[in-house]
Amino acid sequence: MSDVAKERSMELQKEMIGGHFDALGQAPDDGKKVVYTFVPGNLTELIRSFDFLPVLPEINALQSGMRKLSAGYISEAEKHGHSEDVCTYVKCDVGMLKRGNVGPTGKPIPEPDLLLLSYTGCFTFMKWFELLRQEYDCPVAMLHVPYQADGTVHDHYRDYIVEQIQSEVIPKLEEVSGKKYDEDRLRASLELSAQAEDDLVWVLESAKNIPSPIDAYFGGVYYIGPIFSAFRGTEGGVDYYQTLRREIEERLAKGQGPITPEGELDEERYRLVIEGPPNWTSFREFWKMFYEEKAVVVASSYTKVGGLYDRGFRHDPSRPLETLADYCLGCYTNLSLPARVALLEEYVNEYHADGFMINSVKSCNSFSAGQLLMLRQLEERTGVPGGFIESDLVDPRYFSAANIKNRIESYLQMLEQKRMAS
Amino acid sequence: MNPDLTQLVHQVTELFEDLDLSSVRQWKQAQPDRFAIGFMPIYVPREIIHAAGMLPVGVMGGGDRLEIIRGDAYFQSYICHIPRSTIELALTNRLDVLDGMLFPSICDVIRNLSGMWQMLFPDRYVRYMDVPQNFDPEVGGAFWRRELEALCQDLQSLGGTTIEDDALQHSIAIYNENRRAIRELYEARSDQPWIYPTSEIYLLLRAGNVLPPEDHTRLIRQYLDLAPLEEDRREQDMSRVVLVGMFCEQPPLGLLLTLERAGCWIVDDDLLLGQRWFGGDIPENGDPLDNLVNAYLGEGARTASVYQPEGRRGGWLVNSVKTNTAEGVIFCAPSFCDPALLEQPMLVAALEENGIPHTQFKYSENTGQFAVIREQAGTFSDSIRLWSEA
Repeated sequence: MSDVAKERSMELQKEMIGGHFDALGQAPDDGKKVVYTFVPGNLTELIRSFDFLPVLPEINALQSGMRKLSAGYISEAEKHGHSEDVCTYVKCDVGMLKRGNVGPTGKPIPEPDLLLLSYTGCFTFMKWFELLRQEYDCPVAMLHVPYQADGTVHDHYRDYIVEQIQSEVIPKLEEVSGKKYDEDRLRASLELSAQAEDDLVWVLESAKNIPSPIDAYFGGVYYIGPIFSAFRGTEGGVDYYQTLRREIEERLAKGQGPITPEGELDEERYRLVIEGPPNWTSFREFWKMFYEEKAVVVASSYTKVGGLYDRGFRHDPSRPLETLADYCLGCYTNLSLPARVALLEEYVNEYHADGFMINSVKSCNSFSAGQLLMLRQLEERTGVPGGFIESDLVDPRYFSAANIKNRIESYLQMLEQKRMAS
Repeated sequence: MNPDLTQLVHQVTELFEDLDLSSVRQWKQAQPDRFAIGFMPIYVPREIIHAAGMLPVGVMGGGDRLEIIRGDAYFQSYICHIPRSTIELALTNRLDVLDGMLFPSICDVIRNLSGMWQMLFPDRYVRYMDVPQNFDPEVGGAFWRRELEALCQDLQSLGGTTIEDDALQHSIAIYNENRRAIRELYEARSDQPWIYPTSEIYLLLRAGNVLPPEDHTRLIRQYLDLAPLEEDRREQDMSRVVLVGMFCEQPPLGLLLTLERAGCWIVDDDLLLGQRWFGGDIPENGDPLDNLVNAYLGEGARTASVYQPEGRRGGWLVNSVKTNTAEGVIFCAPSFCDPALLEQPMLVAALEENGIPHTQFKYSENTGQFAVIREQAGTFSDSIRLWSEA
């Protein structure tokens, strides 16, 4: 491996996210209002068009996991009666709240002026914000997104979402912000979204090259950071993805592999597709288990939870509310299991993967329920072997490093033997 | 026990224990063109299935009498039990009698199970019923009407029949009568739980999962007549409790018996909630689909899987405690049940605000050891009888 060098996009993202948390910390003093919402089905452009600052509790939870704070927060929530069986993102968030809601900058994250409950692809979101509503004296706007059970976006699904945005979401945003809905401003923001989405897709699809210049899972979670959080529809988001794309174009031209925490990966021995979210509490250790074996993730489903742009969707400024509806409907966890299997099958084929792995996380039934059947179906359809590991999002009690490493190594050895046999 | 009551309890017990759905097979065999549509908890509009001339069949998992051989291979250890036993039932051909399955929107596991069904049984009719979480008639109501229309179209295609408005109005009336009978049963139990023990009531309700509603209503009425004739059913010094958390995966019957033996009269519960989804009658005149939609929006049960725009999640539970003069609440939820367990802290907060005692434990539908539960429930019962301010 070569030496670690911080690329400009990494620094840029750090500045952007740091700046956002600074703005949140300053929000009460600056008179800025805050909307809590979720990553899948987020309406960032609409929220921003009212000058709200978005807070995404899943992002807070995963950052707490990476900063080794989540165990204490989860314990705090369990002390308050939350079951050991349920989503650890929820418990991490509730525990963080109980301990002062301090963000990564050391300043408290401001209380929400509005909870925007985008109920997309995950039932737990609804309960999560109902729990938060018990803690905060603020209004809630519910946006129920129907599930794509038969793999189709029916017109009345879109109509239902648009009507909710018009009758529930916008009026509450107007009421809380004291500002009128400005469709031109929304359109301008959506235009920027589409630009950033083009570049993100180019970056993700660069992994079709052999060797891949990126890791589309462990690296991919950084690439999706700005667009899945507060920066979709912003100039900053466009700049970031242009910068990132230029860097990847350069890597590709030089035939370079992905950057890891220990430098550039100079050999690509295995190309994998991964289904499921990563573990955050031991993220680096988890990643290392792959790059030490020269395994590169060339496509992943987790990087599609906040939007399935690589299948052609772009935010369309000419139909602003309808495009937000289509976006919400198309997020990965809002797809049926057959559609998820079909997508992963396409990834295995399009990205020339040697195999696929499922990281099944205890916390997330939306992802996990049915994954064992997905494993069998994918093996049958693609003819490539699948691996299955279990961990959790932010509860370190469910990350058994030795077991996971053992499984990954065994799986990769099996791929190697299969390759030699053929 | 009166022979007629003995016979009735025996009948509903047999239906409960019959994992092969023999009664549904018999119902279908009586006429060659009959269809049966399965549904999972909690709520589906059974009236529409009935109006299509089909039999709605509640599939509530395999309980504690089904050995899971293949079902466990489909689910990780941290997923609740009902999907694995339901898959087991299907893979062992016990659900072959069903011509379709409906999976209502309740949680991510049941939602994903609908997709598994599509992949495992591609030749069977499957529909995910995405109930609205927006309760504005012009918004959520319009959406739900479109979903109900789609269900009607599906069933018409499947059965080669037409669902006429008057047939649907008639089915609504049939189910109104069924729900009225169940309400009377619950009121009777709340008044005199020693006459109508939950261990019997539960079996009686389970029969409603497989019987035509007309037959089920007759059984309930018969039970309401027969149970008070039992002279040895006398009031005992037991605690009155509300049981909550069991709206999806059902507890083993042994657990309900254990609670009664531990000194708890169950005076309200959320078992088989779909059969009691509406607190009042659905209008029988006018546009029947609109009536079903409006009933869902305005009269539906307040349970964990339903969003409450007005907040105050525990209000219905506190009301239930007061209405049924209960002395405490037992949270009895299936392990790994996201809706029930995520809801619980909110319900606990509401109870504590109102000074209502509570205790909690978890079960699985195949739980076989009840000693700890009996001890805990007995202690809870003793504590509220001995130490409550009342």
